[in-house]
Amino acid sequence: MKKFKHIIGALGMLSLLMVVLTACGTRPSLAKQDVLSNDKASKTITWGVKADTQLFGLMDVKDNQIKGFDADIATALTKKVLGKDAKAKFVQVTSQTRIPLLKNGNIDAIIATMTITPEREKQVDFTDSYFDAGQALLVKKGSSIKSVKDLNKSGTKVIGVTGANSVANIKKFAPKAQVLELSDYAQAMTALKSGQGVALTTDNGILYGMAAQNKGYEVVGGTFTKEPYGIAVNKGQEPLKKELNKALKEIEADGTYNKILKKWFGNVSGFNYKEAAR
Amino acid sequence: MVYILTHYWSELIQGLGYTLLSSLIALVFSTAIGTMFAIFEVLPNKAMRIIGRIYIEIFRNIPLLVIAMFFYVIIPMYVAKIDGFTAGTIGLTIYTSSFIAETVRAGILSVDTGQMEGARANGMTYWQAMSKIVLPQAFKIIIPPLGNQFINLVKNSSVLAFVAGFDLMYQANSIASLSLDTINSYVVVGVFYLIITLPLSYYMRHLEKKLA
Repeated sequence: MKKFKHIIGALGMLSLLMVVLTACGTRPSLAKQDVLSNDKASKTITWGVKADTQLFGLMDVKDNQIKGFDADIATALTKKVLGKDAKAKFVQVTSQTRIPLLKNGNIDAIIATMTITPEREKQVDFTDSYFDAGQALLVKKGSSIKSVKDLNKSGTKVIGVTGANSVANIKKFAPKAQVLELSDYAQAMTALKSGQGVALTTDNGILYGMAAQNKGYEVVGGTFTKEPYGIAVNKGQEPLKKELNKALKEIEADGTYNKILKKWFGNVSGFNYKEAAR
Repeated sequence: MVYILTHYWSELIQGLGYTLLSSLIALVFSTAIGTMFAIFEVLPNKAMRIIGRIYIEIFRNIPLLVIAMFFYVIIPMYVAKIDGFTAGTIGLTIYTSSFIAETVRAGILSVDTGQMEGARANGMTYWQAMSKIVLPQAFKIIIPPLGNQFINLVKNSSVLAFVAGFDLMYQANSIASLSLDTINSYVVVGVFYLIITLPLSYYMRHLEKKLA
């Protein structure tokens, strides 16, 4: 009888925990409010940006500012939407944390090398694409891996980043390869260097930045997917999405977009900046 | 929650398997290594005591994540090719062994010195007295804190997620990003951890009662 009581107690605790945790999930959140009118009042848009990605969003340790293409585009868009004196506030996100942070209202929009995909469109709304990337491979110079086809052998280990679209893609293009998912790009690069995998796969823009920082590694095989980057806003934030789309067209028309693109990608070897210009 | 369970069942089972395997390996070896260093620390030989002290203080005071990353990144570069699972499990074993060493040492010290002296006076060698008289009594005393260490070990095995070790936490991250249902993914995995730790917890309690 005593034993029986213990089991009942354990089960009771377990079900109580489930109830409490599920309740957390169903409570309506702050994110339901209209973000645009809040932002207009505070003259600030809070953006989720990457802080570990060369060229797009990287933490500058000297002044603790996140700098990169994404960050500059976000600043330009903020000024177009809310006026010259408005401020873009940056919150550091990863591929894995960005959607949860947007959903719970910590950030207003995501501009973090995020590919527009049908699965993600079920969760968030995307603006028009602001950058056309494509998935590629980064390998050690002189590696036998020349294209994504060379990866399709059992026992081949490919490094990716958790939450990135590229992991799902590589499972499609090279189903026999084993994918190792690491938590961010810095760790993925370290794993590639220590030989945990033969290739690192993600979007070409990010890979060029890594190749520039790490001599002895190169991008091979060209792109094998199209990965248009979009800005994500929460479902139900139509006004903000409309304003951002409008602002995006404006900065493309007045040359701001090309200036920012040239600033970050003008000197990247292997990247055709003219082709990406708008 | 049901969606996560049914759609990602094979991933979850794989994660459970790797977590169990890693925990079992680490449990056996960290207990063995921990006991060894605990004995080093109570030996009459001063050099051995210092070796034991250094080992425990180094690995007890470095975060587990750092130890695991060391084995994942540095060792494959210079010593031997080891994958994430191996690196994580080695890190977990070493880290836990330093805590177990401290626990076992406390157990040995709490056994009355008369026990050792009596055994020696009856003609036992030091090792005989240690293994047949002192250690069995010490282990009986330290079952509750040892149970704590074992439960911590299972939970700490989540460090494998950071070195791509395919454990429960790794699968949780992966499922969360695939399904975009973060909350339920982690709730499900939390329950899977409970499935391992609750029986362990009850077993240690049972052992404590049986031997008391």
